Amino acid sequence: MNVPVDARLDPTDRAIVLATQAGLPLVAEPYHAVARAIGVPPEEVMTRVERMRARGVIRRIAAVPNHYALGYRANGMSVWDVADDRIGALGPRVGGLAFVSHCYRRPRVPGRWRYNLFAMVHGASRDDVEAHVREIAALLGEAARAHEVLYSKRILKKTGMRLRAK
Amino acid sequence: MDDVDRALVNRLQRGIDVCGRPFAPVAAALGIGESELVSRVARLLGEGRLSRFGPMYDVAGMGGAFTLAAMSVPEAEFERVAALVNAHPEVAHNYEREHALNMWFVLACECADDIGRTIADIERETGCAVLDLPKLEEYHLDFRIEV
Repeated sequence: MNVPVDARLDPTDRAIVLATQAGLPLVAEPYHAVARAIGVPPEEVMTRVERMRARGVIRRIAAVPNHYALGYRANGMSVWDVADDRIGALGPRVGGLAFVSHCYRRPRVPGRWRYNLFAMVHGASRDDVEAHVREIAALLGEAARAHEVLYSKRILKKTGMRLRAK
Repeated sequence: MDDVDRALVNRLQRGIDVCGRPFAPVAAALGIGESELVSRVARLLGEGRLSRFGPMYDVAGMGGAFTLAAMSVPEAEFERVAALVNAHPEVAHNYEREHALNMWFVLACECADDIGRTIADIERETGCAVLDLPKLEEYHLDFRIEV
């Protein structure tokens, strides 16, 4: 696969990613702490972090909640078989619903997987999730030929992206 | 969690700026000091209410790729297979779900070519076929929960 050469991280950016991928240091001046850890001036660390954010390498610098621990105990991955000629118009409308956290178009796999639209729904209970799924069904109407909801039973891992140290 | 914790969880999901003292404006808005803010964040992480705090990296922005993968794992094998899958640093998240496809994990690879290699490794190690469902289009990704 061809990747634009400038999409790759240079060694200093990579050092910043490795130093912060598990989390930002919890001190008043976190970028100064990163700077000391990797031996680069703090101003350069901040310039590079800002540049990575502008380029989309960093989506945002933020907290990732644990939905379960915060009372959103039901998590349903709803999957939908949506007519190919309708998904482009309907996908953004499903993604725009307030209770949908992630919404993607994914491939069908003949004989193994028929669903091409994924919408993650969170709620305090399964009843909540089911009510939300009915809203999605109403929005999709006849364009959706089938759907299922895959409830999560357990988080087995949730570390986020991790680069391998080279 | 008290009201300040809740306000902090809500506020920090929106993200903070890149500057020398990025917590200062958030702390001021909540009427607490920076040191109290960072110790509250550390506690929320320790309690498991937050999974992490920091830059949310997108491997696609650095020339890599994500995919969502699923497997049907026999119940008796489940814990062993979970340990084998989770041992790969490319596995960013892994969930057990109620379905014939009962294990769903996200791979984040620094090089797009590593997706196929990692899937082949996991299939070989576990003996389970992997369904590879890369995103073709993203319709929304700016969701925040309110507590």
